[in-house]
Amino acid sequence: MAQIIGGIGTSHVPAVGAAIDHNKQNEPYWVPYFEKIAPVRAWVRAAKPDVCIIAYNDHASAFSLAVIPTFAIGVAATFPPADEGYGPRQVPEVAGHPRLAWHLAESLILDEFDMTIVNEMAVDHGLTVPLSVMFDQPEEWPCKVVPLCVNVIQYPAPTGDRCYQLGKAIRRAVDEFPGDERVLILGTGGMSHQLQGERAGLVNADFDLAFLDRIVTDPAGQAAVPHTDYLREAGSEGIELVMWMIMRGALDEQVREVHRGHHVPTSNTSNGVIVLENA
Amino acid sequence: MTTKYPRATPDRAPRDYDDIPGTYVMDGDHSRRGYALNMFCMSLNQEANRDAFRADESGYLDAYALTDDQRDAVLQRDWLGLLRLGGNIYYTFKLAIFDGLSMQQVGASMSGIEAAEFQQMMIDGGRPIEGNRTTADLGATPAEEQH
Repeated sequence: MAQIIGGIGTSHVPAVGAAIDHNKQNEPYWVPYFEKIAPVRAWVRAAKPDVCIIAYNDHASAFSLAVIPTFAIGVAATFPPADEGYGPRQVPEVAGHPRLAWHLAESLILDEFDMTIVNEMAVDHGLTVPLSVMFDQPEEWPCKVVPLCVNVIQYPAPTGDRCYQLGKAIRRAVDEFPGDERVLILGTGGMSHQLQGERAGLVNADFDLAFLDRIVTDPAGQAAVPHTDYLREAGSEGIELVMWMIMRGALDEQVREVHRGHHVPTSNTSNGVIVLENA
Repeated sequence: MTTKYPRATPDRAPRDYDDIPGTYVMDGDHSRRGYALNMFCMSLNQEANRDAFRADESGYLDAYALTDDQRDAVLQRDWLGLLRLGGNIYYTFKLAIFDGLSMQQVGASMSGIEAAEFQQMMIDGGRPIEGNRTTADLGATPAEEQH
């Protein structure tokens, strides 16, 4: 059977993608951040995932306000990088895993998570920056990807607990998938940041560090944190952190923290990363 | 203030996030006010649309059911006003990308400071949460009391 080999939480800041694409990783502004993700890259190289399930959000790229799915799963064979207004990022096309993705879609819906099934979808920085964080600049991405797109732009996003429960359902589905795939699950977005309004630039490092502690030791407690606490304490775009709960839900109750990094700022964002294995 | 447009009064019962200063939660009330505006911004994802908008901004906007204020705020690049008129930052940022602006430049504009000052604030750890949790922390004019 397929196997969940671990989970990664990471921010998906567009500026990180641009720094990688434009070879700025050795510039003084970026060195401290890239030092903190070097152990992530080393862990992923050793872990050799066949497939990554990536929980991320679309930023007005594939989805607009015309249709707003809360949870959407990409079942296609390929997903092209989206044009977010600059022309598409010059990164490899993302290869899907239709057989696993359809298995997940069917299993999750029968498990009472009403997924939207997506056969055609461009993927934006929310999905491709985490790939760059893990894999830098390969000719081809070294794993397949099942995109799990979560609405966190139109209020209300799914609750932290709903995301956590979805993660548990993903785990049940992966455990039943006939195959020998090594599956890595990612929760992306955050950490604290506010892009909009007079409070733009808000960062709350204490909140972020407490979040990192709590998803390791008390995920159910973190899952119960209401939206307004994220909006107020982590900034309006800090609500993206609920997607990390999907990753956490797919792991065992007890996990081992392999690596953690936290860096302020990358652009307007408090940037966090964590690598977890089942204990 | 950096915009002439006041904050809209929500057409709904008060909510517990209404007192978060300088923050425009994209709830149903906000979204229905800004639908056409945000969908205009979304259209700039396509290169052909960017070219058409570049050629004739005002004419291009005729295809969208914007209010006069929204149209004015788009043409004036009133970044804070766009939020107050129903815009969402992920959408309005499409217009900023069109103009070649960074999120830090837009953030500076919305919070009424210079871009260099905003950039330095981020390098110094960002805008602190202390004093920015509630409108009561700040008094009636959040942005002006930041500094």
